[in-house]
Amino acid sequence: MIVDKIKKRDNKSIIKKDNKVDIPEGKWIKCEHCKEIIYKEVLKANNGICPTCGHYFRMNCKSRIEIIADEGSFKKFNINIDTVNPLKMQDYKEKLEKFREKTNMDEAVQCGTCKINGIETVLCVMDSNFFMGSMGSVVGEKITYSIEKAINLKLPIIIFSCSGGARMQEGIISLMQMAKVTEALTKLDKAGNLYISVLTDPTYGGVTASFANLGDIILAEPKAMIGFAGQRVIEQTIGEKLPDGFQTAEFMLEHGFIDKIVERNLMKETLYDLLRLNGYKKV
Amino acid sequence: MPTKKENNKNASIKDRKCNNKNGITAWERVEIARNSNRKTALDYIKIIFDEFIELHGDRLFKDDKATVCGLARIGNQNFTVIAQQKGRNTKENIERNFGMPNPESYRKAIRLMKQAEKFNRPIVTFVDTKGAYPGIGAEERGQGEAIARSMFEMAKLTVPIIVVVIGEGSSGGALAITIGNKIIMLENAIYSILSPEGYASIVWKDSSRAKEAAEVMKLTAKDLYDFKIVDKIIKEDKEFEDVALKIKSEIKKELKELQKLSSKELVEQRYDKFRNIGEYETYSKKV
Ligand SMILES: [Zn+2]
Repeated sequence: MIVDKIKKRDNKSIIKKDNKVDIPEGKWIKCEHCKEIIYKEVLKANNGICPTCGHYFRMNCKSRIEIIADEGSFKKFNINIDTVNPLKMQDYKEKLEKFREKTNMDEAVQCGTCKINGIETVLCVMDSNFFMGSMGSVVGEKITYSIEKAINLKLPIIIFSCSGGARMQEGIISLMQMAKVTEALTKLDKAGNLYISVLTDPTYGGVTASFANLGDIILAEPKAMIGFAGQRVIEQTIGEKLPDGFQTAEFMLEHGFIDKIVERNLMKETLYDLLRLNGYKKV
Repeated sequence: MPTKKENNKNASIKDRKCNNKNGITAWERVEIARNSNRKTALDYIKIIFDEFIELHGDRLFKDDKATVCGLARIGNQNFTVIAQQKGRNTKENIERNFGMPNPESYRKAIRLMKQAEKFNRPIVTFVDTKGAYPGIGAEERGQGEAIARSMFEMAKLTVPIIVVVIGEGSSGGALAITIGNKIIMLENAIYSILSPEGYASIVWKDSSRAKEAAEVMKLTAKDLYDFKIVDKIIKEDKEFEDVALKIKSEIKKELKELQKLSSKELVEQRYDKFRNIGEYETYSKKV
């Protein structure tokens, strides 16, 4: 169990910052919250949660799918599409290629079907490592396609949001993806399929103002930053500092905009319970 | 204050420029769309409709004056009107939060749009906002949820929805009331993912390059028409009243067409319009 892993952690794998130990590139990572240096393998085994302070590191798509889907059950939808670069932005395509090399993903979301303790579902996972998880025409199309697939396959859909918002490089076309995905969700709603939206750090802008907020059930990871407007924009507009805890998952829960905050280590079981209690069964 | 003669016209940089559409840059359109003398939603409503009664409040928290809603009539046809309203002077601008809606604007709009459906009334929305207000209260009361819900509810409505973009259409704050069957846009109105300043600041880390951003963002009526987002552009080459009357005749014309569709077909037509936005090519490299 994961909890055991935390307890049994090898203390030697954590080195205090002030010990001035040479950190081999790539093997170690610093927790920005408690400043401890953590061995990456230990962090991975602990689902990206700092073993010292409990800080949640952002999770890439692959790791997320690993902790949510039953082993080997994730089957990616076959949608090989690329943006046509509608604004003809210089270096946009090159930037995309760089993110592809860095993340080994084709775009900021991965979509497919999987099983959660035997219950089949559509799963979409966004990844902030790819262009800040921003939504352009490809992300919008992939999520829309996934919603339509859920309707056709009579499956529930779970979307893990993790995004800075709409992708600027595609301008108005990106903005319109919010409308497109929302339209698709009305069909899902009518068809009666369950949609669980999971908000992870960060969920902002056009994603917050569309599908992330339209789940039948909305979950969030602890301390995830969730909001519509960015904090810098708000501070500049109102000319004052923002209160502590503003736009956190806990803030969202307090103000009534999410159903439940779920610890990362309990997410799979919680999703399983929610699917079960909504009448979905193992296949 | 504008003189009486200027009052008769909508804001424009120079009439000569306006008549020469090739000579006008995207940035100049941004300046026209934002001009403090540009006509606001209530100015259009006054000319387009024979009657208008404003209805207030979202029944949840407050009446947000950045959006004006109400019942209206052209001839024998009743409408529900949802309009983003900028102030026409400093006092009004403060009252209307410079046309930047808080969540209550969208919740008021949702309430009245659902009411329109109940009484089978077509809906006309007027888009004119710098964007949804970025404030503490707005976030506390779910700005994102309000925008998402507004789009979601509009998408389901079984009555005709005609959207008129009259000034600035910026970001999700504008999109929230843009889910229409037909979208009409004034020649000098703009519609964009974000303000050119915000865009330049995010993409180039330099908000002073706003002018440059406006040229690449494709935010003019012509750009949106080419993207098949906007269905009709209305020229602003005449006096303000004439332009408003042109909008009126377009609303009547579009409504006549839309009324030929069944409730189900209206929802489907709207679905198809937004479902098909976005162009792709095949991604060939193996990832
Ligand atoms: Zn830590």
